[in-house]
Amino acid sequence: MRKLDYAGAIREAMAQEMERDPRVFVYGIGVPTWSSIFGTTKGLTEQFGPERCFDTPICEDTMTGFGLGAAIRGLRPIHVHIRVDFMILATNQLLNMVSNYIYSTGGKLKVPLVVRAVVGRGWGQGAQHSKSLFSNFTHIPGLKVIAPTTASDVKGMLTAAIRDDNPVICFEHRWLYWAEEEVPEEPYEVPLGVGRILRPGRDVTVVGLSWMNVEARLAADILYKRGVSVEIVDPRTLAPLDEDLIVESVKRTGRCIVADCDWVESGFSAELAARISEKCFGRLKAPVKRIGFAHTPCPTVRELENEFYPNARTIVRGIEEMLGLEAANLDGEDFFSHERRFRGPF
Amino acid sequence: MKDEAIYRRLFRTALLIRLVEERIIALYPSDKIQSPVHLSIGQEAVAVGVCDALRADDLVFATYRSHGFYIAKGGKLDAMFAELYGRKDGISGGKAGSMHLAAPDVGLMGSSAVVASTIPHAVGAALSFKRRGGDRIAAAVFGDGATEEGVYHESLNFAALMRVPVLFLCEDNGLAVHSHRPIRQSYRLIEHAAAYGIAGRRLEEGWDMLAVRQATLEAAAHVRSGEPFVLEIATSRYKEHVGVGEDFHFNYRTTDSVDAWKRRDPLIVDAKLVAELSPELEREIDAAVAYAEASPAPGRLELLTDVI
Repeated sequence: MRKLDYAGAIREAMAQEMERDPRVFVYGIGVPTWSSIFGTTKGLTEQFGPERCFDTPICEDTMTGFGLGAAIRGLRPIHVHIRVDFMILATNQLLNMVSNYIYSTGGKLKVPLVVRAVVGRGWGQGAQHSKSLFSNFTHIPGLKVIAPTTASDVKGMLTAAIRDDNPVICFEHRWLYWAEEEVPEEPYEVPLGVGRILRPGRDVTVVGLSWMNVEARLAADILYKRGVSVEIVDPRTLAPLDEDLIVESVKRTGRCIVADCDWVESGFSAELAARISEKCFGRLKAPVKRIGFAHTPCPTVRELENEFYPNARTIVRGIEEMLGLEAANLDGEDFFSHERRFRGPF
Repeated sequence: MKDEAIYRRLFRTALLIRLVEERIIALYPSDKIQSPVHLSIGQEAVAVGVCDALRADDLVFATYRSHGFYIAKGGKLDAMFAELYGRKDGISGGKAGSMHLAAPDVGLMGSSAVVASTIPHAVGAALSFKRRGGDRIAAAVFGDGATEEGVYHESLNFAALMRVPVLFLCEDNGLAVHSHRPIRQSYRLIEHAAAYGIAGRRLEEGWDMLAVRQATLEAAAHVRSGEPFVLEIATSRYKEHVGVGEDFHFNYRTTDSVDAWKRRDPLIVDAKLVAELSPELEREIDAAVAYAEASPAPGRLELLTDVI
């Protein structure tokens, strides 16, 4: 099978759905420009015309309302935000209008709207280009929320999202755009609401969100060399959550670390930890542990970023502590390869 | 003669709206309608004249003060009362209530309690019309206060850029809750719209159903040709912002402006036609209220459906 990176998989999902269904269109600030949202919308205007892939004025909330109006009329808009931090300017429409439109009309109208939002990180992104805010959206009934980790998942899940009659918010971590793997060429759906075991293991479950699954894999490799078997569960869809998959995993391993790509306080990790504690109470050998951003605004300078973001080392140390193991010497391990790779400005 | 027939048709609908809202006032103390209501008494001519000028397949996106638009667009009275009562047979099964009235089957696509929030929806719907060809249009209905929201300005900008068939319809009653327009607005609406290259018109005679209808027909013709239009219609809210009473005793406004309006209000002036049409309309309302009374309350199953 051919290999494709995450950005290419996003582009392919949208292109194939636009090909299949003339009602699908994609729009957002900068979408058809040369930078094309890191290549994810590249060539779509040329292929489908400026009516189906277009730029917008800088007014996120209005453009979300515009998408809602088009969606209830049977079109299938994909609205793209180059940062989650900019999507929050659309909070009125998303939380007051989009999320309750189906409900308020007693199911008479459907809202097949997809909103893509990029989570930024590194090289000085700072406080306003780095947010995830998963729980701000999973908190709201009426929204589906997805955060695919792998290239094959993002293609299948975005395809499913575009075909879904409900509003779906898709969180895409900027650093995942390079992640390359075998991705089927034909269109396919990965169903929303179904999680995935990224790596089977026996001793501890790491529930990873978005980028933190990359860190969890590195942590699992390191611990494997020390005889610890880590299971990684990627919920993929945050709402509605595949609770059963997570609960079954934690019941098997008896231990769980939730590795969120977000702040810990009142974050999605709190929801996961609460559910796991409730459903696995008698089977837990240790309290559920949560890992996430430091509770500060995201700093700009690299030295502070290194302290702000959790990484594989944080997960390794968390697991060692949970299993009562001595802290291993990690001097030979490389924890910052991605930080070195990423160069801005975006 | 033709005008006379049209006048009678418009008058009948306007009177129905007023009698429906007067019935709501009468029912309110019984607490059977347990939600905020924003009455449009005094403003009926706008809803009636506009909806009569629109075609049945044109769409309206409205506000929390939309009993009038619901009825004028052809929404069923029994489903409306059942909705106000919060019953299973309400137009949205009791989930919408007065503030979120929607009747997509007759083209009232939604209404919002958050000021100005439905304006961009009309722009999106207008895009769908442009895509499919034909000459249907979408109307965004909002009050004068809504034009202060960024989303109004942004919607004008985008509609002008996209050249989509949307009619921006401002019901100017001069009040945003209890705040008067002069302390809120530094602009004149029609001049402001021109800055976006959007044509517009202000109609002072908002009590005159035929004038509203004619102005809307002309505005709609412009929109059907593929250009947005702003139509601003002066009107008068007789009752308090929310609730079924009056608010003159708070001294934030005088009765003068409302009295001047009432002296021209056909639903008051044309007492003969009111007397002639009222009995039949009251019976229609009686039937709708009885329907609502008989409808069961929704339960847990209904709570959990249509969320996602």
